[in-house]
Amino acid sequence: MHRTSLKSLSDLLQRREISSQELTRFFLERTERFNPGINAFITLTGEHALKEARAADHRLQHGEAGPLTGIPIAHKDIFCTEGIRTTCASRMLDNFTAPYDATVVARLKDAGMVMIGKTNMDEFAMGSSTENSFYGPARNPWDESRVPGGSSGGSAAAIAAGMVPAATGTDTGGSIRQPAALCGITGLKPSYGRVSRYGMIAFASSLDQGGPMTRSAEDAAMILNAICGLDARDSTSAPQPGEDFTRDLDRDLSGIRIGLPREFFDARLDPAIGGLIMDAVRELERSGATLVDIDLPNTALAIPVYYVVAMAECSSNLSRYDGVRFGYRCENPADLMDLYCRSRGEGFGDEVKRRIMVGAYVLSAGYYDAYYLQAQKVRRLIRDDYRQAFAKVDVIAGPTTPSTAFRLHEKTDNPISMYLSDIYTVAVNLAGLPAISIPAGFLNRLPIGLQLIGDYFAESRLLNVAHRYQLATDWHRAAPETYA
Amino acid sequence: MAFENEQIAGIARLARLGLRESELTAYNRDLSRILEMIEAIRGVDAATIEPLAHPLEISARLRADKITETDQRDKFLAIAPSTSAGYYLVPKVIE
Repeated sequence: MHRTSLKSLSDLLQRREISSQELTRFFLERTERFNPGINAFITLTGEHALKEARAADHRLQHGEAGPLTGIPIAHKDIFCTEGIRTTCASRMLDNFTAPYDATVVARLKDAGMVMIGKTNMDEFAMGSSTENSFYGPARNPWDESRVPGGSSGGSAAAIAAGMVPAATGTDTGGSIRQPAALCGITGLKPSYGRVSRYGMIAFASSLDQGGPMTRSAEDAAMILNAICGLDARDSTSAPQPGEDFTRDLDRDLSGIRIGLPREFFDARLDPAIGGLIMDAVRELERSGATLVDIDLPNTALAIPVYYVVAMAECSSNLSRYDGVRFGYRCENPADLMDLYCRSRGEGFGDEVKRRIMVGAYVLSAGYYDAYYLQAQKVRRLIRDDYRQAFAKVDVIAGPTTPSTAFRLHEKTDNPISMYLSDIYTVAVNLAGLPAISIPAGFLNRLPIGLQLIGDYFAESRLLNVAHRYQLATDWHRAAPETYA
Repeated sequence: MAFENEQIAGIARLARLGLRESELTAYNRDLSRILEMIEAIRGVDAATIEPLAHPLEISARLRADKITETDQRDKFLAIAPSTSAGYYLVPKVIE
């Protein structure tokens, strides 16, 4: 049951061969059994889930169900959930009960999905390993001595261990795709503006985007159908017409041009990973696609530009945590300044503080032009590289990450070594493009991810290519032994 | 790029982050590393390039001038660390 696709689960529920309550209990039991070793969840919401499952069963009985009704899901603890603790994995929000639902949560609730818990993550989504969590690191089900990636590492690990069939994640610089790659699952970062950011706790507002984490492209398409679309409560939500992302999944790939950026396959790429990615790309070629070499000349600048923009926006967004209106407040503040400084100093973890400080620095008088404005200019150059590439190709393919899952504490001493795990993912956020990571093989028994990048709002095309790959291969069906 | 610990304390003050004296050296080392990494963008000739603030370059959407949100004062005060008589409480600001 825990390896069944959303479509098959949906069929079982619709045919009343299983009830949502039975399905929910099944996943709650697996979660209780496996979560202590993986730490994928910050909060489990079993009682709440069973209540939602009863309501879903009612809908199913009365013919009021949609394709997702009754299926369990987990939400990254960055999404506000009304009446349920929403921590963002920070001491700052340890006591925070959200007063409203994020749009993503509300839409999946309307679709009848059953929330079984809130998943672990890097504090405020700042990190690539889920080690920056106030609640301790999550672990990779393929090897518990290794990280699941981050920041949506809890969601990825929960799916890989079969604790939940699908989860939500957010991606500011790779936070859906990188953990998906490291845990051997499918993760889709939609185009900027495709999915509402309302109620999704902000890290870097011009980069953040929520999306589905699942076992297959088909499952991701079903979730995206439910969460996408214009939201009046998010002024950056795009007025893109809704579409059925499952419609074109099966389409033949002949005529599709797949671009291989020379800068992704250069000497810096581990040849073993490069080889596996080329095997995956050749599989797409066998399915009818044409391979084209392309150039993304400003690739090397993506990491520095990303960190300037992300840290600047984070310092501005996180100024809302002031110890006054919600969240953590220090004991016995001497005066207002002491209240601000100690509440923030005690409430935020090290990586968050580092980023706020760098952000404050690059935005400060005298440095603004040299760093922040310059980063925005180079951001345009990077975006233009992709625009030019999409004049020649339909999809860009490459690795999601430069390595397989690394060991806990391996990269915690030097923040830069951690930042470099995002080398293939951050440019997509700077440009605002959609991209998906899908399982594409194993290196030393650890999963690796193939990244496919699409043109603006071309999620259908991406999901189509990913689905065809998953029809031809079965990497996405592989499961870690302990959780098989 | 190397900071003096005093500069780190200044940035922390600017960001309203209370750091202990003993933490300054570690933050100094990490911030210096990050700034050194970021330095790469300064060499790019981008004088004539327009800054890109938003990936889709859309402007803010306007809406009809109608009340759409209801007053939820009590709900929002309920999650505050300290309130009284419908207001947030903070340490005394004016003597």
